[in-house]
Amino acid sequence: MGETSMITDEGVEQTKLLAIKRGAIAGFPIFLGYLPIAIAYGVLAQQSGLTTFETTMMSALVFAGAAQFMAANMFAQGAVLIQIVVATFVLNFRHFIMSMSFVNKIREFPMRWKFGLTLGLTDETFAVSSLNGHEAKKEHGAFYFLALILLAYIGWLFGSFLGAILGDALPATLSDSMGIALYAMFIGLLVPSIKKEWRIGVIAVVAMGVNFVLMNVLAVEVGWAIVISTLLASLLGIVVMKEDEA
Amino acid sequence: MIIATIIGMAIVTMVPRFIPAFIMEKVQLRPWLNRWLNAIPFAALGALIFPSILTVIPDQPWIGLAGGLIAVVIALFNLNVIFAVLGAIATVFLLTF
Repeated sequence: MGETSMITDEGVEQTKLLAIKRGAIAGFPIFLGYLPIAIAYGVLAQQSGLTTFETTMMSALVFAGAAQFMAANMFAQGAVLIQIVVATFVLNFRHFIMSMSFVNKIREFPMRWKFGLTLGLTDETFAVSSLNGHEAKKEHGAFYFLALILLAYIGWLFGSFLGAILGDALPATLSDSMGIALYAMFIGLLVPSIKKEWRIGVIAVVAMGVNFVLMNVLAVEVGWAIVISTLLASLLGIVVMKEDEA
Repeated sequence: MIIATIIGMAIVTMVPRFIPAFIMEKVQLRPWLNRWLNAIPFAALGALIFPSILTVIPDQPWIGLAGGLIAVVIALFNLNVIFAVLGAIATVFLLTF
């Protein structure tokens, strides 16, 4: 795929509206997956003593699920500012690695777009955006990613607010079952790529193995474990991947 | 001091997210670098899925594993990810019911 080609798959120019619509369709599974998890976060934050405003503000400003759950737990245990901020940094540092990969795909975008879109990177928006990286080459491609990220963001905000005002509304078995949603989404993204290119499977399985050893054998903090296993397995990609796999 | 903590969390989360937007400008793209950056999403997906999927139901790791395997089977049919998500939720729901 040429670096500067701006032609769509069909060779037809894409309108802004179509880009937004297609981005929203790609972001919809994230929106659905975020709702129950955000509600669970809202409930937990409320129980940890945060007001509805604080609960929703954290979702608006931080937009990182795992870190917010951790912070809510730490607030409940009486942790102080510096402990929570440092733990958040460690847990969210993986987004730095993800952002480098994402920015490489949107190289041609103006700086203000790169800046704005990277602020919306989560594990989920990164994964879906990356597997649709070719959208960056299309006309109005930036609006595709904007719609995808904004829909996920709205789901996260709305769910957090709902959890905070409703309290424990979902039956426990149902909310437990929904805990698998985002993992299933990751699997649903990964498997078709592996079907197309087995080398991708090698990289993913190595990442899983390294991460398992780091977390369950060496007891490394989950934030660092994910950063290290992502780095090691992706470096393997330099050797095993072919040039045009995006 | 909850709001101050939230602002602190926001800063340490946002800065690592946007810094690559500026540093990637300066980086000259080489084939090996491109291969590395293109491999990151797949490595990250692997690390995000496993072993954390085993903790979906904390004391019963096999339930998360079963939900994941159902998602793999559904994904092999190249259906929209929504179906893998719904299939996995149904599996975990039935196993914990």
